[in-house]
Amino acid sequence: MKVGVLGIGITQFGEIWNKGLRELLLESQLAALNDAKLSPNQIDAIYTGNMASGSLSGQLHLGAMAAENLNLDKPSIRVEGACASGGLAIRQAVHAIESGQVDIAMVNGIEKMTDVDTGQVTTALMGAGDEEIEGFNGLTFPGLYALMANSYMNKFPNLTRDILAEVAVKNHFHGVRNSYCQFKKEITIDTVKNATMVANPLTLFDCSPITDGSATIILANEKVSKEMKTDVFITGSGLANDTLSLSRRKSLTEIPAGKKAAEIAYKQAGVTADKINFAEVHDCFTIAEIMATEALGFAKFGEAYKLYSNKETYFDGKIPINTSGGLKACGHPVGATGLKQAIEATMQLRGEAKDRQVKNAEVGVTHNVGGSGATAVVHVFRKVR
Amino acid sequence: MAGIIGFGAYVPKYRIKAETIAEVQNANANAIKSGLGLTEKSVPGKDEDTVTISTMAARNALARSKINKKEIGAVYIGSESHPYAVKPSSGIVAESLDIGNNYMAVDTEFACKAGSATIQINAGLVDSKMIKYGLSIGADTSQAEPGNALEYSAAAGGAAFVIGNNSESVATIDYTVSFTSDTPDFWRRAMQPYPSHAGRFTGDPAYFKHVTSATKLILEKSNMKIDEFDHVIFHMPNGKFPERVGKKFGVTKEQLEVGLVVKRIGNTYSGSSLLGLAAVLDKAKSNQKILVTSYGSGSGSDSFILTTTKKIEEVQNLAKTVDDYIERKEYVSYAKYLKHMEEIH
Repeated sequence: MKVGVLGIGITQFGEIWNKGLRELLLESQLAALNDAKLSPNQIDAIYTGNMASGSLSGQLHLGAMAAENLNLDKPSIRVEGACASGGLAIRQAVHAIESGQVDIAMVNGIEKMTDVDTGQVTTALMGAGDEEIEGFNGLTFPGLYALMANSYMNKFPNLTRDILAEVAVKNHFHGVRNSYCQFKKEITIDTVKNATMVANPLTLFDCSPITDGSATIILANEKVSKEMKTDVFITGSGLANDTLSLSRRKSLTEIPAGKKAAEIAYKQAGVTADKINFAEVHDCFTIAEIMATEALGFAKFGEAYKLYSNKETYFDGKIPINTSGGLKACGHPVGATGLKQAIEATMQLRGEAKDRQVKNAEVGVTHNVGGSGATAVVHVFRKVR
Repeated sequence: MAGIIGFGAYVPKYRIKAETIAEVQNANANAIKSGLGLTEKSVPGKDEDTVTISTMAARNALARSKINKKEIGAVYIGSESHPYAVKPSSGIVAESLDIGNNYMAVDTEFACKAGSATIQINAGLVDSKMIKYGLSIGADTSQAEPGNALEYSAAAGGAAFVIGNNSESVATIDYTVSFTSDTPDFWRRAMQPYPSHAGRFTGDPAYFKHVTSATKLILEKSNMKIDEFDHVIFHMPNGKFPERVGKKFGVTKEQLEVGLVVKRIGNTYSGSSLLGLAAVLDKAKSNQKILVTSYGSGSGSDSFILTTTKKIEEVQNLAKTVDDYIERKEYVSYAKYLKHMEEIH
């Protein structure tokens, strides 16, 4: 499989109070068109990943909005899979291109989250869990991931509180080097440990923030991609699902859907974990990055702590993880996260990542998770000359 | 133009420490204190409200003005906590001051700048010769929902100013401007007991934008530079915001410190910038330049440039000072605080 990345566009991530849903979306759409040197009418189809615009902005029907923004009447749909909405939207576009029905597709991811209070956002995000079993009984996402963190740290005590904090420390280190990142400030292990407790053992600095942002990529089939002279391609796409509720999961110490999606994507791309140069993973909470690192095969289950205690996940380390700053520092505008991961992968492969550039980056992987692991999408990106 | 003939303040004697609130909120008191730049706040007594605070402040202002109080032609009180939704605080206060019945009166509301706006109104009435003297008051017993971040700063206090002709004034009002927009950073809807706020949105697009814009405007209008002022007062929602806006304009610590009362009593809302002004007038020498910029959520800022006259030092001892009230204090427990705030009975 070879689907080329023709263009990328992203807004500033953060509390973007002076721009609404439509304006943010338009900004990343135009930036991607400009980057690809395409006009809107060259787009055959639009896919827009978004989780919660209905409850957070009172606005659904984003497919129509994305087409209207470009004055197009082409096929345009919204794709929803909780926090994996962006990755799923990319996968829908990949399928459409691979089927031959679409030559060039635009994929957007957007979330406008800071216009409502934290309680409303927490409630809206809980829609990614099982409302009947979890939400109704008072569980929130920090609570779910805290249960997973406690289970993991009991089973694998080598993952200490300090090493878990290193995930956030490293992501903030990368975030400082990324211009569109929400938090451009380095932190220490003490910053994480001494922060306000959210759900034991997760403090405020173990949790990704509430963020506004929009991101767009433009994908094309191999023929168009070669004509447009792009050398960044998606060569593998994997999707796997699991139970909506954490209580029905077989294990609390891993996210099996991530592992399965990675196996599918790696097989399609013809790669193995040891050939991958960098990864953008779904660190909605620090423990989620530990589990992602293992799901993607960079460490055996229970042994990711070694990579973090040896600082091997920095941009110049053995396996750089979340050079964008991850969800923790770059921000987590839910529907946009999967697209931001794809943009970071593209920037790394193009050699445009400046102060966080991974040397000799040839193959990268993106890992986007919905809920507590009910949906996982993995894509393999490769530089093809 | 008009000027300030007399000024007075009042701050209730009760205080609650940030530590006491932090203990109940299960928060880190040191982080709160350094984050907000304040250590404690004033708490109204059980029988104190905007009317009683306004009355006390106005009595002090009248004592310093030495005028025939029957010549007051207007009484305006700005507050977010008028005791009645319908029934004017201004009428009750004027009656208790025994100024007769020949005065205009109305209560104003514009979040924390409702009091400073009444100085502009009275200055206009004096300049147009509709009145000889006007009484401008800003006072609050501000509300904060138990458990909310506002609880650390929402305080009680007020200041009053007799506005009249420049020739009699202790401080002339040389310039005043306002900067206003529709910016929903903080609000309390009708029938709701506590205000709502939009977190960090209350900062850059709200407080800082309006305070900075009004201050820039008055500096341009007056053709003055910030280092020409002896004292500078910016509205004080906490101890940090006025320092940050001051830094932007190059205001020194010395220019800010006399009026920076928030660190010791919290944010007295409509009383805040006016208590800062009263504290400065308590200590100012003659011919000193004062810059004041208030801020009211919603949002707007009123900016004033004043110059003290030779009369200032003659009146400073005629009533209790802001410092007198700040230093007179009695700490209360969290339970007593709730009782004083009528959260429990």
